[in-house]
Amino acid sequence: MAMHIDIPVIAKGGLTLLEMRNVCRRFGDVVTADNVSFTIEVGEFFSLVGPSGCGKTTLLRMIAGFDSPDSGDILLDGKSLLRVPPEERPIHTVFQSYALFPHLTVAQNVAFPLRMKGYSQHTINTRTAEVLMHVALIGKADYLPQALSGGERQRVALARAIADLPRILLLDEPLAALDAKLREQMQVELISLQRKLGITFVFVTHSQAEALSLSQRIGVMTQGRIEQIDDPARIYGFPKNRFVADFIGHCTLVSASVTAIHASYLSLATEKLGQILAPVTTAVCVGQQGWLALRPEQLRIGRVGEFSHFPNRVRGKVDDFLYIGDVTTYIIELDSGLRVETMLANSAPGRVHFFDEGEVVELAWPAEVGCFLHE
Amino acid sequence: MRGQRKWGASYMNNPIVSKKKWHKQARIDRITQWIVSVPPHLFLVFFLVLPACIMVLASLRYPGEFGGLAPLWKTPGIHGVAGLTLENYRFVLGDLVFVEILLKSAWIAFITTLLCLVLAYPLALLIAHRPKRQRELMVLFVILPFACNFLIRIYAWIIILGPFNLLYSPFAVIIGMVYVHLPLMVLPLYTNLEKHDPLLLDAARDLGAHAWQRFWHLTFPLSLSGIFAGSALVFIPALGMFAVPELLGGTGDIMIGNLIKEQFLESRDWPFGATLSLLLTVTVLAVAQFSARFTQRELT
Repeated sequence: MAMHIDIPVIAKGGLTLLEMRNVCRRFGDVVTADNVSFTIEVGEFFSLVGPSGCGKTTLLRMIAGFDSPDSGDILLDGKSLLRVPPEERPIHTVFQSYALFPHLTVAQNVAFPLRMKGYSQHTINTRTAEVLMHVALIGKADYLPQALSGGERQRVALARAIADLPRILLLDEPLAALDAKLREQMQVELISLQRKLGITFVFVTHSQAEALSLSQRIGVMTQGRIEQIDDPARIYGFPKNRFVADFIGHCTLVSASVTAIHASYLSLATEKLGQILAPVTTAVCVGQQGWLALRPEQLRIGRVGEFSHFPNRVRGKVDDFLYIGDVTTYIIELDSGLRVETMLANSAPGRVHFFDEGEVVELAWPAEVGCFLHE
Repeated sequence: MRGQRKWGASYMNNPIVSKKKWHKQARIDRITQWIVSVPPHLFLVFFLVLPACIMVLASLRYPGEFGGLAPLWKTPGIHGVAGLTLENYRFVLGDLVFVEILLKSAWIAFITTLLCLVLAYPLALLIAHRPKRQRELMVLFVILPFACNFLIRIYAWIIILGPFNLLYSPFAVIIGMVYVHLPLMVLPLYTNLEKHDPLLLDAARDLGAHAWQRFWHLTFPLSLSGIFAGSALVFIPALGMFAVPELLGGTGDIMIGNLIKEQFLESRDWPFGATLSLLLTVTVLAVAQFSARFTQRELT
C-alpha cells in the first residue's frame, strides 16, 4: 500500500506526551507565563481556559514554536522542543481566524502539509480525500476558501491541520467565530474526530462551558498561572480556590471561617449566612479564614419551613428571576443583604408555581454540598 | 447603473426612505455621475482618441516635401480618394528590418522587465516586512529619483559608465533601462506584498513549510497580480523608450522608439513615422491585453 501514514496507537493510562517544565515568559512588565508546569498525556483532550489575556495563547504559541520561554523547558516525548523550529515540530495549530490559503482550493489547502513533507502524489491524493471525508467536505474539494461558509472554513482548517496526523493539535479558540448553533455542532464533531484519530488535542478557550463539555482535563489559568488542573467534574465540583470557583460556572462566594471540624463536616461561621455546615474537601484547621462557594443548582428554594430537615437554611425574598427555558434562575436577597443565585428546573415534579418577586422564601442545602476554599 | 443598484440596496434596508424619494435620489445620482465624468471623458477624446485617428489618417498619406504631409490634391489616391496610399504599410511589412527592430525592442524591454522584477522583488519584500514608519521612508527613497529630471539622470550614467568603457553598448542600454524603470516595478510589488496576512506565513510554517517552501507556495503565488501589474508598467514604456538607447546605446542599439523619432525629426517622413507608431501601439495593446487576462485570472 502507498499509505505510509499510520494512525498512532493510543496508549491509554497516562503516557506523558508533552511536558511543560517551569515555563516562564514575560513581555515587559506583563507576566504571561509564571512558572507553568503541567503534562499532557497521549490521546488526551486537554483544555486551557481563562479570561482574555491570562496567557493561554502565549502557552499555545510556545508549544507551537512561535514563541519561546524565557526560562523553563518544553518536552515532547521527553526531548526538549526549544531548539526545534515550528516547521519541524509534529504539532499543528488551528488558528482562530483559520488562516486558510486563499489561492488554494479546499483540497490543496488540506494537501498542504503533505506536500511540504514531500509525500508522493498518490499518497497526497488518497490522504486528502480521506481527511475531507472525515470532515464531510468531499463535495467542496475544488472550492476556494472564500466560497465557503464559516462552518465549512472551520472544517477545512481542521482537516488541513490533521492531514499529516500531528502528534498534538493545538486549537486556539477555533469556535469563537461561529454562531451558537454551529458551535454546538462543531463541538460534537471535534470530540468524535478526536476519538476517531486519537490525536492529542490542546484546546484553548475563554468559554468555560466549552471547556467543560469537551475536555478530559482542564487547566484553569489566570495572570500567567495555572490555578488548577483536573477533570471537568472535579474542576466544577471541587474548585481549588476562589478564582476557579468564580470563573467556572456560577457561584455565590461568602467569606467564612472554620469554627469546628467534625468527622466529615466543617462548622463555618459566616457573616452573611450565619452558622453553616459544609463538607471537608481540603485540609483545614480551626480558625482558618476562607471562602464558602455555593453553586446555584445546589441550593433548594422553597416556602419558609418547607426544608426543616436541612441543616443549612437562610431566609430571603425574591429580588429577581430569569426564565431561561429549562430552568428559572432566581436572585434571592437575604436578610443580611447578600444576593444569592439559585435555580429551579421548570419540569421538576412537584413544582407548583414560580415564586413572585418580593415573595419571602427559604434557601436550604444539605451539609454535603458547598465547598470551603482557602484564602 | 451601479449607482442605481446601490440605492436599491439602501432602499431595501431602510424602510423610512419612500419609494418616490428613492427614485428622485437615483436620478440625481445619475446626473451627478454624468457631470463628474464629463471632463475626463472630454480629455480622453481630445488627447487620445482624436490624435490616434489623426495618426491612422497620417499613416495613409504621402509625406510632404519638407516634413508634414503632402497636400491631398497633389497626390494620387486609392479607390478614388485622392492623396491616400497603403505604401507605408507595404514598406513596413515588406522590409523585415522594421519588424526585426520591433522584435529587438521587445526583447530589450523583456530583459529590462525581467531584471527589474528580479531586483525589485527582494527590495519590495524587504520594505513590506519593515515596521510601518521605516516602510514609508523606504518607499520615499524608491520614488526619490523621480524628483530629478529624467535626462539628467541618464546623463549621469554616461559619466558613471564612461570610465569603464561600457558606454554605447547593449549593456549600457539595459543598465539605463533597468535604472529608469525599477521604481515602477517596486511600487506595485510592494503594495501587493504589504497586504499579505502574516498569519498565513505562520500557518504555513506551523504546517511544516520551510522558508523556501513558504516563499514558493505562498508569497510568490499570492503576489502574482503585483508581478503582472509591475511587469506591464515596466514593459510598455520600455518598449517605446528612445532617450536611453539614444544616449547610452551605440548605433546598433536602436530601438523602435528611436526609429519613430527619426522619421518625424530627421527623415521628415511623418506618414512612415505614424505607421511605425501604430505598429508599436498595436504591439503594446496586444501585450496589455495578454497581461490583463493573466491578471484577471489571478484575481478571480
